[in-house]
Amino acid sequence: MTDHTTPLVEMKNISISFGGLHAVESASVDLYPGEVVALLGHNGAGKSTLIKILSGAYKRDEGEILINGEPADIRNPRDAKKYGIETIYQTLAVADNVDAAANLYLGRELQTKWGTLDDVAMEANTREVMGRLNPNFKRFKEPVKALSGGQRQSVAIARAILFDARILIMDEPTAALGPQETAQVGDLIKQLKREGIGIFLISHDIHDVFDLADRVFVMKNGKVVGHARTQDVTKDEVLGMIILGKVPPGATAGPGAMAVA
Amino acid sequence: MADTIQSTTSSDASAGQPTGSVIRRFFRATEIDTRMLGMVGALLIIWVGFHVLTGGLFLTPRNLWNLSVQTASVAVMATGMVLVIVTRNIDLSVGSILGFTGMVMGVMQARFLPEILGFNHPAIWILALLTGLVIGGLIGTLHGVIIAFLGVPSFIVTLGGLLVWRGATWFVTSGQTVAPMDPNFRLMGGGTEGSIGATWSWIVGLLACVAIVVAIVNARRQRKRFHFPRRPVWAEYVLASLGCAVVLGAVAVANQYYWPINIARRYAEANNIEWPEGGLLISQGIAVPVLMAIAVGVVMTFIATRLRFGRYVFAIGGNPEAAELAGIKTRWVTVKIFALMGVLCAIAAAISTARLNAATNAQGELDELYTIAAAVIGGTSLSGGMGSIAGAMLGALVMQSLQSGMVLLGIDTPFQRIVVGAVLVTAVWLDTVYRARSK
Repeated sequence: MTDHTTPLVEMKNISISFGGLHAVESASVDLYPGEVVALLGHNGAGKSTLIKILSGAYKRDEGEILINGEPADIRNPRDAKKYGIETIYQTLAVADNVDAAANLYLGRELQTKWGTLDDVAMEANTREVMGRLNPNFKRFKEPVKALSGGQRQSVAIARAILFDARILIMDEPTAALGPQETAQVGDLIKQLKREGIGIFLISHDIHDVFDLADRVFVMKNGKVVGHARTQDVTKDEVLGMIILGKVPPGATAGPGAMAVA
Repeated sequence: MADTIQSTTSSDASAGQPTGSVIRRFFRATEIDTRMLGMVGALLIIWVGFHVLTGGLFLTPRNLWNLSVQTASVAVMATGMVLVIVTRNIDLSVGSILGFTGMVMGVMQARFLPEILGFNHPAIWILALLTGLVIGGLIGTLHGVIIAFLGVPSFIVTLGGLLVWRGATWFVTSGQTVAPMDPNFRLMGGGTEGSIGATWSWIVGLLACVAIVVAIVNARRQRKRFHFPRRPVWAEYVLASLGCAVVLGAVAVANQYYWPINIARRYAEANNIEWPEGGLLISQGIAVPVLMAIAVGVVMTFIATRLRFGRYVFAIGGNPEAAELAGIKTRWVTVKIFALMGVLCAIAAAISTARLNAATNAQGELDELYTIAAAVIGGTSLSGGMGSIAGAMLGALVMQSLQSGMVLLGIDTPFQRIVVGAVLVTAVWLDTVYRARSK
């Protein structure tokens, strides 16, 4: 996390607009291996949009993405996956009419030597991964629709880690979960972090992510207000950044910072 | 085969163990889709109902055989319509594509190819059929590209297609009917010539039984290898014997339908067979178009459940956004679905032109509605993500049963349409109720 290592991800001066509305304007964020970076801001602050550019769901108008210091060409979700970027969306983005195994392998199905789906092998791996994540999970044959919010969340997380993600993006990962399941996701994040995976956590609620994150980036009106190491700032100061755009002394100001208070 | 049937009798006895809700346990153990079972039940009610109303005309080998042949064309198209509707699209143009490809195949074999190859050349039917399949595929591809890449809703594109291809059908021969068809091509339409006879029917039936048993054994072995939960052994036996019984029963019925006396007499004279006392009984066996429809059903089921493409079709239907984010090329999948639909229309066109022994410009009119109705009655959800090939084919059989039953009853065409329309709406309503309950 020192300045000497190369960041895993560096997004530089990213801009995107939808029909004249600047959803993200000249935003820069970075992420180091084994680091958890929280991206905070109100709904509509542009954090989800910014991260969807990294995951390939949107195409940026301007700016540059560096992965391991090298320019990355990300045009669609398939490109992003090639760089080891996996995303767990707020809406979970599961096809809820098919079962857990089908969702885990969606778009990357295992095939037999005859080119048919190897459902048995996929189910076996799914049982193994889910057993690690959520040992209580037993409903492998049912459509995901029939599962609880926490179970669906674990399916979405399992899908991301099944393919050795190096960069994991979690959009509101605990929004739909109860306290116990939230704690589970927290443990999982710490475990992934130890494995050297870089994680972006996106949330509009600072309490969800402050304790998990190493650094925070705050966005407001499509611009980065500033960023700080969580040990250098308090929750209240970060709240000030989110609500007012006021940058505390412990943080580094960005282009979206409030004009000198 | 023999020991399967034998051991079934003993396992059936163990299946009836006196416990709580035996029926529920039976369905859970055999994993039989209760919805599908409901459809089979409805079909049986329709059949028995018509049988009683017509005074014993419906459940005869002759009528059931005809029913199977009449269902083939729409059943073939319904398998493709399932994939179309599962991805939240619709295809209103299938009847017109059928008309157009049928007309092209008719002109190829009745006018164009004989000039080059001479009449009754053995390659004519293959070339004509291939032309039809390619053109059907191209039309479907065109529809798919417009829908997926130009973003025009499938309803509009195929509504346009409905008019365009019907108009094109007229254009090919300026509205003239093309006849007769090539003798080899005509085999695809069924009839006395286009049936495979008793021996081959039994062979096909036995092969199907072997396939059923092998599939069940293989699935069980796979699940055992990975230590997954398995069905109880008796349930496997019940499923295997049920499947075999249905197949062999159908073959037996098809073999009970004999050649008409005139044709049999002509055949006897031609082959110097002495005309026996009670008439010559030659079994029709399974009709070629029915075999084609079954083959299409098997292939389409394989595509829908065993290949990536099929998995993507259902994933897109369940959540288009998730499918896109998972890296699926959703647009290409859409194009492929419509191309496949076009090819299936051409197969259906081959069946129906061969059966009619002519290509007319009205061929396949209203078939789009029967095809959609078959898919929907067969459990394909218009909100996407749900449907099965077998269900749609069963749906086609239900629709055709209603129609031919009403014909046997002497009900006029306008009333037939009223009934079919009402049944469609009722069936979907019942399905909605069923789904709401099972949630």
